[in-house]
Amino acid sequence: MLLTITHTGPNSQEIGFLLHKNPERPQQFELSFGRAYFFYPEVSSFRTTAALLLDIDPLDLARGKDGSGEGGLFDYVNDRPYATTSFMSTAIARVLSTALSGRCEKRPDLLQKALNLSATLYSLKDNGAQNLAHELFEPLGYTVTIERTLLDERFPEWGPSPYINLTLKGTLRLTELLNHLYVLIPVFDPKKHYYTAEDEIDKLLKHGSGWLEKHPAKEKITRRYLAARKSYVHAALKALLPPGEEESEQAEISAEKAAHNPLNSERLTTVKAAILNSGAQSVIDLGCGEGRLTALLLKEAQIKRVTAADVAVSALEKAAARLKTEQLPENIREKLTLIQASLTYRDERFKGYDCAAVIEVIEHIEPLRLPAFARILFEFAAPKTVIITTPNSEYNKNYAKLEDNSLRHPDHRFEWTRAEFAAWAGEVADKFGYSVKISGIGAADEAAGAPTQMGVFSKYD
Amino acid sequence: MTKQIEIPEFSLVALVGSSSSGKSTFAQKYFKPTEVLSSDFFRGMICDDENDQSISAEAFDLLYYAAQKRLKQMKLTVIDATNIKKSARARVLALAHEQNVHAVAIVLNMPENILLERNKARAERRLPAQVIRQHARDTRYSLKNLRQEGFRFVYEINTPEELEDIEIIRQKLWTDKRSEHGPFDIIGDIHGCYEELKLLLAKLGYEEKAGLYYHPAGRRLAFLGDFCDRGAENIAALKLVMRQVKEAGALAVPGNHDAKLLRYLNGKNPSMQHGFDKTEAEFAAADPAFKKEAAEFIDSLISHYVLDDGKLVITHAGIKEEYIGRTSACIREFCLYGETSGEPDEYGLPQRIDWAADYRGRATIVYGHISARKVVAKNNTYCIDTGCAYGGKLSALRYPEREIVSVPALKQYAERIKPWADEDEAGLGDLLTLSDVNKKLHIETELMTGIDIHENNSAAALEIMSRFAADPHWLIYLPPTMSPCETSPLDDYLEHPLEAFEYYKSQGVQKVICEQKHMGSRAVIVLCDSPETAARRFGIKNGERGIIYTRTGRRFFSAENVEKEILGRLSSVLRKTGFYADFKTDWLCLDCELMPWSEKAKGLILSQYATTGNAAKNSLKAASLALKAAAGRPGSAPEVAALTSGQNVNLNELVTRYQEKAQAIEQYIKAYREYSWPVNSVNDFRLAPFHILATEGQVFGREKHSWHMENIRKYFTGIDNIFIATPYLEVDTADSESVQAGVSWWLKLTASGGEGMVVKPETYTAFLGQKLLQPAIKCRGREYLRIIYGPEYLTPEHLKRLKVRSLNHKRRLALKEFALGLEGLNRFVKNEPLYRVHECAFGVLALESEPVDPRL
Repeated sequence: MLLTITHTGPNSQEIGFLLHKNPERPQQFELSFGRAYFFYPEVSSFRTTAALLLDIDPLDLARGKDGSGEGGLFDYVNDRPYATTSFMSTAIARVLSTALSGRCEKRPDLLQKALNLSATLYSLKDNGAQNLAHELFEPLGYTVTIERTLLDERFPEWGPSPYINLTLKGTLRLTELLNHLYVLIPVFDPKKHYYTAEDEIDKLLKHGSGWLEKHPAKEKITRRYLAARKSYVHAALKALLPPGEEESEQAEISAEKAAHNPLNSERLTTVKAAILNSGAQSVIDLGCGEGRLTALLLKEAQIKRVTAADVAVSALEKAAARLKTEQLPENIREKLTLIQASLTYRDERFKGYDCAAVIEVIEHIEPLRLPAFARILFEFAAPKTVIITTPNSEYNKNYAKLEDNSLRHPDHRFEWTRAEFAAWAGEVADKFGYSVKISGIGAADEAAGAPTQMGVFSKYD
Repeated sequence: MTKQIEIPEFSLVALVGSSSSGKSTFAQKYFKPTEVLSSDFFRGMICDDENDQSISAEAFDLLYYAAQKRLKQMKLTVIDATNIKKSARARVLALAHEQNVHAVAIVLNMPENILLERNKARAERRLPAQVIRQHARDTRYSLKNLRQEGFRFVYEINTPEELEDIEIIRQKLWTDKRSEHGPFDIIGDIHGCYEELKLLLAKLGYEEKAGLYYHPAGRRLAFLGDFCDRGAENIAALKLVMRQVKEAGALAVPGNHDAKLLRYLNGKNPSMQHGFDKTEAEFAAADPAFKKEAAEFIDSLISHYVLDDGKLVITHAGIKEEYIGRTSACIREFCLYGETSGEPDEYGLPQRIDWAADYRGRATIVYGHISARKVVAKNNTYCIDTGCAYGGKLSALRYPEREIVSVPALKQYAERIKPWADEDEAGLGDLLTLSDVNKKLHIETELMTGIDIHENNSAAALEIMSRFAADPHWLIYLPPTMSPCETSPLDDYLEHPLEAFEYYKSQGVQKVICEQKHMGSRAVIVLCDSPETAARRFGIKNGERGIIYTRTGRRFFSAENVEKEILGRLSSVLRKTGFYADFKTDWLCLDCELMPWSEKAKGLILSQYATTGNAAKNSLKAASLALKAAAGRPGSAPEVAALTSGQNVNLNELVTRYQEKAQAIEQYIKAYREYSWPVNSVNDFRLAPFHILATEGQVFGREKHSWHMENIRKYFTGIDNIFIATPYLEVDTADSESVQAGVSWWLKLTASGGEGMVVKPETYTAFLGQKLLQPAIKCRGREYLRIIYGPEYLTPEHLKRLKVRSLNHKRRLALKEFALGLEGLNRFVKNEPLYRVHECAFGVLALESEPVDPRL
């Protein structure tokens, strides 16, 4: 991990005073995660380059420090020892603390001078987001140069590297440059090496002082610097923003995340209405995920019993948290059961419900496993009503971000056109003695139909 | 004279008698202490006072709870309480009914004066005399009603002398024929098809002598009931069965049609439906003496028999596991009629409940009652009614061979009300059942006893199995994890073959085989010679004939056509080499390595290996240049020195250090590149089989590895380029030259990044005494390990720390998974039910969710 800083201009070696490092005395510093070396590859009266090189112990990263008893955070094979990450910010604060804070007792005259500086960061991970460096540094007055290689020249088909060598050129004070780097390096790779803690906010505010408030990407910087930890983001934003602006900024953050939420809530409302309409008093929510539908159903007086089932234990934990199972009033809590269950295993516990809701679930099942799923649900559990929703693949053309033929979610095993869903639903209904009505959910496109399709299956008496 | 009391060896015995009648002494004398549950004891247990009548209700709750647990275990249980009130006995009878066990009453009806005398002599728990008199009256009164109340056996003891001289005779249950081992020929529903029955007996090898049929090998016949109705010669069929049972040692259980016939013979008027009209017509003209004999015969039949040490059960309509070996009216009903939902189906027939789908017992159940075109085998049960009277077949199951022998009907004697069931319909037994896996599992295997799988691991496996695995019908085997060798004491190596050789030598294995570890991914292939075989043998009915899956049961290829082509090419190789014929099989299961690794691990290579290489190469290059420039630069500026805070460092040393780092990265990049090659067509894949795991009827778990290697060369490789052989070397661990040759071979294999080799004992499964040994130990190449432990792992400061690692957990898992893997194959080959085979693969997956250092 390497950072070089070059000063061009008369008496360029005077930068040594600002850095508090003698150009003729290469040094090393022990840091908690390894070692830092500071030395000068180039010194002349018109051009001086200083280098900060980090030598990180990959084993400590992988296993936790010997004797610390802590588990490691990373794999043995890891880019952390080599790529420029927030370790570099830490090293700047540690090795160049005086320069970073803008002190220089020997040559205070140099402090206020804007210098011709350039800095190069090697193997900085931008994951191919070519604009990021421009977006972050150009508003601060830098000329940005990016160098990117192939990921592996032997395999050109693997494409370009996710790393860049980034060179920044500008005329500014050294302390400004260092503070910019301190804050903006971690923004490139939010996978931080330490846990985001409260004092990170203070550090951000301190090192961003005087420039971050005015930076057009301040929100992105804040969010990514704090590794997307919501409450910290809000606290930090609050401190950064003039009073009054705070609310709209917060709204923006959530809106960005929840671009397709309207469809989600429309889907749940529609499904809930269909369940209530079927007269069901007991419902099993198969593939409940985080329990959004279950949460809605628990509020309905008509529904006396809800079982939320998912195969992923992690989903059930989230559902329990969302439903606040511990705090529910007893009469509501008694309605609810959470179970781990699989849609490809015959399960006695699926029996005895008026309605089974299978919302945005079947597309996560391997197509070859669907016949078993259909038997377990329609033949074995055989509730009076079954409600199934699944994406309508015809509608995907309206999602700008989806490439042709790609699916809405990486875990989807298929997405059906309206004809495909209708064919499957019809076949299943015939085979197991159900009637089925299919409709769309969400604003329909004239040609492609609605984004979600829903089948309501009713068992013949 | 000794009084004999005969009770079923499994029964619920209630002692009935007054206080002071001597019940506890009697119980102590004639039963094991653990068999006797005394109300006094339970009172004492709760409140330290055996006489405290105020807690009787609680004490009886506890007593009956314990009694229930004992009866569930089929243990004779004696209830030592007065039981002189009808209400008290009702509880005994209710439990007997619930547990399907006979209730026995032994009444201690002692003369009143003796009771009073004994009571008087009691210091602690003397009761008022009128209470004793009341007890005595109640006892006498009870005696009249015990049978009527439901006690199957009632014994009365009237004097203290009698009480002194009693012999309790424990009778085997009528159903208990565990000591009879056959071999048996079990014959399904005959329904008056007498000619077909004779043909079947002949086909089974029976010879007729004076109207009786004997098998020269001493085999025994067993009939599953429904001898009459629908067919042409109902009495003849029944007569044959009766004579075989009475005179030639055959077994028979009654069917529902026989029960109906008995009602008729007892003077009732059953309906003429379902072919009874034919039987009735024959019986109307029959000799009354025969009628009487037939009625007695049917009446004497027992609902089911437990045979062959409990491994075989025969009954007419089926039986639930918890009913086996017990007797009650309820069980008899089940055995005669099966279980129905109570609602008629569209043909007006009772809707059957598929009890066999939930059967999880170890005993094989052979039954009839429900006719189908073929014998239906499901969860260790066989329904062998093949509808002879409907023009189907009359079938027998040969036990223990489990062979089906059938003769076709000579004609159709009756019309079906309901059409033949769809042949493909395997019922619910074809589906996996959650209650088999969502719990702590305890799996018995041939190689290791009792492998426990904890609930948390089961939960994880359930998720993986449900979300990612291929159809579990295919997953008859999941391969075990493999442990590396102990770390090497050599300076420059983390792993070295000497440790692997040493391990086996120390475990008494002299000969080992070293197989090159291909740089690919583990792949298991199951292949059938046709989709029909896949449907019949694996229950895969979508036209697939095979599968290639990963070690976690995922389909290897997402593109269907790739799998199809590889399987097709493998199949044509096997046909050319005559594999199917030579192995007398129509399917096989194969353990392979599939190359390139990049095919499965491309995501990992791109996101982790190549990126690390790229980042490192680039930054180390820049660092080296900067260091060299700094080290080679003349000049000085001592003035600044005073301000600095760090330690001085020697730049020349750093230049060397960074050159070494850059070199390590080059080596690392070279190593991971070895594992990647572009795949443009199926021709770019390589498949190296290394174990022929199983074919029909056989698991090759005890063969030598050299056998596997030779047969793979003979049948699999050298014909189609994509199937390649695995280079191997046999090493004698006691011969230093041979060991040296093994080391040299490994060095050669690994010099340029080769993954290394796997050292295995000579035979597939190896033991030291009773202890199962590691089936394989891997020794990974020095360069290859860079992509496991990091590019710079060989730096002495790192290597020293890496050498401290523990293999125990990994090795325990490897053994368990190995045992489970083979167990799954064994069970599949023995045609065991889906849930039994699935359990093993599920177990492997569950164990794989254990946290283990992934670098091992």
